[in-house]
Formats: sequence, structure tokens, C-alpha cells
Amino acid sequence: MTHVLDPGTLAAGTRPGPGPGTAFDDVTRSDAALRAFLHGLPGVDQVGAEQRAATLGTRSIKTTAKAWAIDTAISMVDLTTLEGADTPGKVRSLAAKARRPDPTDPTAPAVAAVCVYGDLAGVAREALAGTGVHVAAVATAFPSGRASREVKLADVRDAVGNGADEIDMVIDRGAFLAGRYLEVFEEVVAVKEACGGAHLKVILETGELVTYDNARRASWLAMLAGADFVKTSTGKISPAATLPVCLVMLEAVRDFRAATGRQVGVKPAGGIRTTKDAIKHLVLVNETVGADWLSPDRFRLGASSLLNDLLLQRQKLRTGHYSGPDHVSVD
Amino acid sequence: MSDRLAVRKTFKLYLGGAFPRSESGRTYAVTDARGAFLANAAWASRKDARDAVVAARGAFAKWSGATAYNRGQVLYRVAEVMEGRHAQFCEEVAAGEGLSAGRARAVVDAAVDRWVWYAGWTDKLASVLGSANPVAGPFFGFSTPEPTGVVAVLAPQRSSLLGLVSVLAPVLAGGNTAVVVTSRERPLPAVTLGEVLATSDVPGGVVNLLTGDAGEIGPWLAEHDDVDAVDLTGAPPAQAMELERLAAGSIKRVLRPPAEEPDWSADPGLSRMTPFLETKTVWHPKGV
Repeated sequence: MTHVLDPGTLAAGTRPGPGPGTAFDDVTRSDAALRAFLHGLPGVDQVGAEQRAATLGTRSIKTTAKAWAIDTAISMVDLTTLEGADTPGKVRSLAAKARRPDPTDPTAPAVAAVCVYGDLAGVAREALAGTGVHVAAVATAFPSGRASREVKLADVRDAVGNGADEIDMVIDRGAFLAGRYLEVFEEVVAVKEACGGAHLKVILETGELVTYDNARRASWLAMLAGADFVKTSTGKISPAATLPVCLVMLEAVRDFRAATGRQVGVKPAGGIRTTKDAIKHLVLVNETVGADWLSPDRFRLGASSLLNDLLLQRQKLRTGHYSGPDHVSVD
Repeated sequence: MSDRLAVRKTFKLYLGGAFPRSESGRTYAVTDARGAFLANAAWASRKDARDAVVAARGAFAKWSGATAYNRGQVLYRVAEVMEGRHAQFCEEVAAGEGLSAGRARAVVDAAVDRWVWYAGWTDKLASVLGSANPVAGPFFGFSTPEPTGVVAVLAPQRSSLLGLVSVLAPVLAGGNTAVVVTSRERPLPAVTLGEVLATSDVPGGVVNLLTGDAGEIGPWLAEHDDVDAVDLTGAPPAQAMELERLAAGSIKRVLRPPAEEPDWSADPGLSRMTPFLETKTVWHPKGV
């Protein structure tokens, strides 16, 4: 289960190259080659993965380690609002919260990014100018991904044009599940190109992919196509981010770096609501891929209600007594 | 003599409508009045108290938003279900408090009657405590009692059932939700009361019963920013002043402990309901 892939067996005859794709040019040459490669990835031991994730979830993180973990988690949060009822005003208030999560305590770090729909990226960009907080926009007919490629690419260009420097795209799960891997691959490549300088996060929507094997394959497919991040879910489907699926994806990015030298980030999103959940994820990162990934550039937590819980726990550590929801801002 | 294996009961907490063990995994031995072993009860920790406050806060909107008439029906239902467990309560009260069978029966009867008494009060509080105020202007001014919020109750240490009901029911009647730390030495009737509450239409989270040490959990509840009031009845006397000081940090309502545990069979009056009610006054312009 924790087996590290040997690059030699991945792409027979090719040596790991310095940049993305170079070691794997062969496998993306045709649908058949890509299928053969993805199905040739070692299967995930479901029981083993679940047990490993559950075991790591029992680690006890206390006092100074907990304080560090809470601040690290806050700095990794992609503060998200993806509602039909979103307004510029709501995005602006979210941006204010992103730069200064706890107005009563300036030592609380800012979050990593604000994640909104593409049409509101401009509002977020304006509100976050000069803060270092990124603006992420979901695109490609989020959350279903059911639109033609032109529409998806236009969606991406629009979001980038509005000021998003990170694009969260969804893959076409229908095509993926039907086995049309090359189609999905080419779409990610096209979106990556449309992103220009913006970072690309590829949402696999693991809840719809059903199996861990599929999550591993989709992760590889996205990384081969040039993703900067692989992201578990849209947050609109249950189950969203679970610990085992995050473990599978972390193993994929670890193996991908071993094979190509390129480091891809991971973003679990949806269903992470408590500090305890967030800390479990940090433990999982540290134990699976190591401290290289314990930075907002390589690991993000997509969440909305999580931030308030992190702040409550932070206040508890600071003051010594339990805080309440009246002591953090309402989203 | 039958060789059937005994089915022993695990005494757990009542928290958010469920019966979990203590998060800490701790238990402690409970003895009867003569010191003989009765059972192992869950020994609640500060994290159980924290979880209980979250549950109580979550349940507050529904319970305080229910009509007073409906709350009365639910509290009456508690009395009904308790009546069905009369024998079990008698046994536990007799063992824990060292009472005769007849005396224990009288105590349980009184506890059931107390629920009925408070059930009747829910829809009368507004009439008795509220008022239409005479104001010097073209306004109609009126005042109504509103629940305070989440109330932490340190239940009496000696009277394990009648005392418990006498401090819990008034908190609920006003529309508050409660986190109760039971008597440390005599927690068993409280666990059974939890089972009664779970089966009598009281929404989960409205009452949370923690068996354990009020001296240990009390400070965490008194200091908790999301607790709106504390009833210190069962607090260790030496600690009461410190608890009140901690409660002041978040401006809680505090009901001070009596000098001596009172005779719970006496007529309770309104004295235990009013401390956990806030008066809301509305000025309404009068049209011509």
C-alpha cells in the first residue's frame, strides 16, 4: 500500500525527465497507451488505506504542536463561498476575513486564498490587492463539468481575465468513468494552456469516481496533463474529502515527484469542518509525503466553516477557556 | 437457580440525544449509601462538557422557538414516561440515598409531580412575569420573558432525583437548554432520567447530563464563553466564589448556591425560573 512506484516500471525505457510530461510522453500518445498506463498503476489496498488513515487519525496533537498545527492549517485554508446567492458584498466580507481571520488577534495568519465563482473573481481581486492572499476561481462549468469544451475554456479565460490567479477546474467524470481517458487528458491540457500564468487545480470529484483505484488513476492523469494541484471534491457531492482518498492522492503526488521531479500539491475540499479533521489531514501529509508538502504552496484545505472552528480553538489556546460562536465573525 | 448470565448495564452520559461514554474513557465506582459497590459510571471530562455545550447551543433555537404550549406538553410527557419507570427510580434512589422503600417512593412521586408542575408553568410565565407597561407617550409598551440561552447546572449533590428535577425542569420550562453535572456520589438516577428524556419528545441536545465531578468540570463551564448562565447549586462550597468570579469573565447569569442544600419537597415557587429569563420590552407606536 505504501509501495513507492519505481519510475522504470512506469514508463518502460524512459528515464525520469526534469520537467512535466517528459518521462511520460509515450503514455499520453494515444487513448490505448494512456489506458494501459493508468490501468497498470498498482491497485489500492482499500482496507489497508482506510486502516492507515484511521490509525494516523488517532495521533494526539497537543499544546505547542497544536498551536503550530492550527496556524499552519489557517494559512492553508482556501476560504470558499460557492453559493448561487453569492454577492459582491459577501465576497468582500469574505476577503476581509481572509486577510485578518481573527479581528481581535493580529497574530492569526491570513488564509491562503479566497475561492469564488469566476464572475466574482474581480471583486475578490480588488478586495485582496496587495495582501498576498490568492484569488481562486472555479471554472469549466463547475460543479458538474457538463458543457462543451469551448464553453469551459471560455469560462477559464473569463475567470483569469477577472483576476483569478488560481483556477479550480472539474474533470469530465462521465468521460473518465466511460474510459475516455485521453479526452479528459486533452481537456486538462487545454485548460492548463488557457490558464496562462494561473495555477491549475484539478478537481477529481472522488465521490463520483467511487473507487480508490479511480482516484489514483485520475490523480495521475491530471498530473500528467500539467496540474499544479489535485483537489478531491467540489464540495457539492457527498462523500467529499475523506482521509483515505486524501492518502491515495498524496501517494500519487509522492510517486509522481519520484518519477518526474515535479512536485504537485493536494487540496482536500468539502466535509472538513473541525480543527480535529484539519489536524488529521496535516498528520496524514507529514506521514505520507513529508514536510515538503506542509506549506500553503503544496497543500490546501478547501473549506468555509472550518476557519471559524480553527479560530475558536486558537482562542481557547490563547485564553485558556472555551470560546463560542459569538466570538468569531459570521460568514 | 438459573444459570443465565447477568446483563449488566453500562452507565453512560446523555449528550446531544445520544448515550456516549466519556471522551476521556474514564469511569468511577459508585457505591450505595452504605458503601457497597453499585456500578461504574462514566466520569465526564472537560471535553465532554465542551461537546455538551455545542449540543445545547445547537438545540437552543428549536427548543426556545417552540410554542410555550408545546414545551408544556413535552415536559408533561417526561412525567408520563417517568411514571412508567417508577419502580426503577425507587430502587436507585433508595440505594443511592439510603432511604426506606416508602420514603423513596414519596421522593419519586414528588419528582414526577414536579415535572407536571413546571409543565403547567410554560405557557403562564408570559402572563405572570410579562406586563403591559404604562408609558408616558403615544406608545404601547409591553414586556415578555425570554429564555437566557444555554444554562450550565451543577445539580445538588445529596438529592439525586428530586433535587435534580427541581433544578433542571425550571431551566427547561423557560425555554433554555441545559448542560447538567449530576451528583458525583449519586449519579445513577440521573442516567435513568436521561433515558426518560430520550424517549419523551425532548429534542436531543436540550438536556445533556454529565456524570462526574462538579468541582472538576464546573470551572470549565463557568468560564465557557458560549454558556449564558450557571446554576451553582451543587458546586463545592469552597469553590463557589471562584466559579462566580470565572463566570463574570463572560457576564453570565449566576444563581448562587444556597448555604445549605434545601428541602426539595417544599413548594418551589418561581424562584428557580426567573433567574434564567430575560425581560424583553417592546415599545410599539400607537396609531391614531
